Amino acid sequence: MVSILDEVKKEYIRDLVAKGRRADGRQFDELRKAISVERSIIPNAEGSARVHWGKTQVLVGIKMGVGAPFPDRPDEGVLSTNAELLPLASPVFEMGPPDANSIELARVVDRGIRSSNVIDLKSLFIEENKVWNVFVDIYVLDHDGNLIDASALAAMAALQCTRIPKYENGNIVYGEYSGNLNVTTKCVATTFAKIGSNILVDPTSDEELAMDARLTISTTPTHVCAMQKGAPGGFTKDELLNLIDKAFEKGNELRALL
Amino acid sequence: MEKPKLVIDGKRIDGRGMEDLRPIKIKAGVLDKADGSAYVEWGNNKVMAAVYGPRECIPKHDANPYRALVRCTYRMSPFCSIEEHGKRGPSRRGTEISKIISEVFENVVLAEYFPKTAIDVFIEILQADGGTRVAGLTAAAVALADAGIPMKDLVCGVAGGKIDGQLAIDFGKYEDNFGESDIPMAVSPRTGEILLFQMDGLLTKEEISRIIDMGFAAIKKVHALQVEALKERYIEKEKSGAVPPAQESAEEEDAEDVPAQAANPAPAANSTNEEVPNETQAEV
Repeated sequence: MVSILDEVKKEYIRDLVAKGRRADGRQFDELRKAISVERSIIPNAEGSARVHWGKTQVLVGIKMGVGAPFPDRPDEGVLSTNAELLPLASPVFEMGPPDANSIELARVVDRGIRSSNVIDLKSLFIEENKVWNVFVDIYVLDHDGNLIDASALAAMAALQCTRIPKYENGNIVYGEYSGNLNVTTKCVATTFAKIGSNILVDPTSDEELAMDARLTISTTPTHVCAMQKGAPGGFTKDELLNLIDKAFEKGNELRALL
Repeated sequence: MEKPKLVIDGKRIDGRGMEDLRPIKIKAGVLDKADGSAYVEWGNNKVMAAVYGPRECIPKHDANPYRALVRCTYRMSPFCSIEEHGKRGPSRRGTEISKIISEVFENVVLAEYFPKTAIDVFIEILQADGGTRVAGLTAAAVALADAGIPMKDLVCGVAGGKIDGQLAIDFGKYEDNFGESDIPMAVSPRTGEILLFQMDGLLTKEEISRIIDMGFAAIKKVHALQVEALKERYIEKEKSGAVPPAQESAEEEDAEDVPAQAANPAPAANSTNEEVPNETQAEV
């Protein structure tokens, strides 16, 4: 569907960016000012966090379960990440099975956490054929763009406050805890949008509408741990390498919130 | 399975050097019903791609009044792996790959020529051996050209990354499974723009830069094979009388319906046979 209103917005944003400005007055390399993290807001979940990222709002809940490991990783716990673009978050989100956007969102967040070994999966081994499963569920509550970075931050914050339930005689005792999930590093995502020949960090939903290309770079304090290019446009090698520097810089600002 | 040693004395499991590609065969026009098709063997990967369209866009509410919808579906057959029977039907991994490959072709296909239509690209991985998404994308680009779809460029892809602490290109299955980092990428050879880029594992900026350079060199070679496959296809068609003989002079301007036409403007073929310097010792 092509909406006339979207076309008008697109043109407005592109014109503005070409003049070196953004609709909300930010610099091109400036994250949104109001980014905040609240932890443990769903006490029934083993871990949870809500992130307000400008007007974007994402809730992540974490449940722990016990199950069989993957056959090729018999001594490791299982991390499973899902994202729901809830219909209450935007007029463009509809009920139904996860679409490509929500699958991509979940998989990009998952890749960052997994690659950077945020959780030591080997520590989640219980006994032969029994390991802890960590279910990370991303709930997008309000969509004003940059869902990847907001979700990655919320997932990281939720993992940091996740407790492992007691496990006795082959049963999980939910509500009682044997300890905290061991979180080893701080992985955050930084997303850039290319609009015309300009590149700006942390796009709003209107800027996402107008962007030619998108690049997400997930970092730990020392390494790049995941990347994903999205949207049809391209990046040159130089642009990509410059953005890695920017991603570390912005990543450190975000890590300070964790 | 225990992790095998992936690099021994600078050579990889299958005897390749760090910047060597596996043997690649590309054939255009392998299916009868499809408007365009291609078959790629890339190491032990076997990939078929088909293109239908531009055709009526169904469902109709998806149609764009300004341009064709370019939809790509990547799937793995349930029998494609050496391991147990795979799941049938769509997977989350397949959905993500389909999305990013669609975005690549949205960029290069001149979709504004065909408003309100759909161009469907189907990529079927018949046998998998690491690097299937870039093999699939490479096949799909040839299939689109074979279908006569006008494009800005004949894109192609390759994956690179890090195995046993060394940077390398074009991973086979075991290198994929046991390597430290994997970067699938696709490039427009004409402009050097990176159109598909994913990365996992832990790398520094310098390592990523080096892998991109290695990828660009490999992509040149793959691109030459794509062009060659399309030329062969054109000669085949010419012999069967399906297309008018190729004209040396430029006075014939009506060549728009000629299937292989989209591929011919790609001039990179000239620079493709040169050997890439064989710097086997990548930084650790």
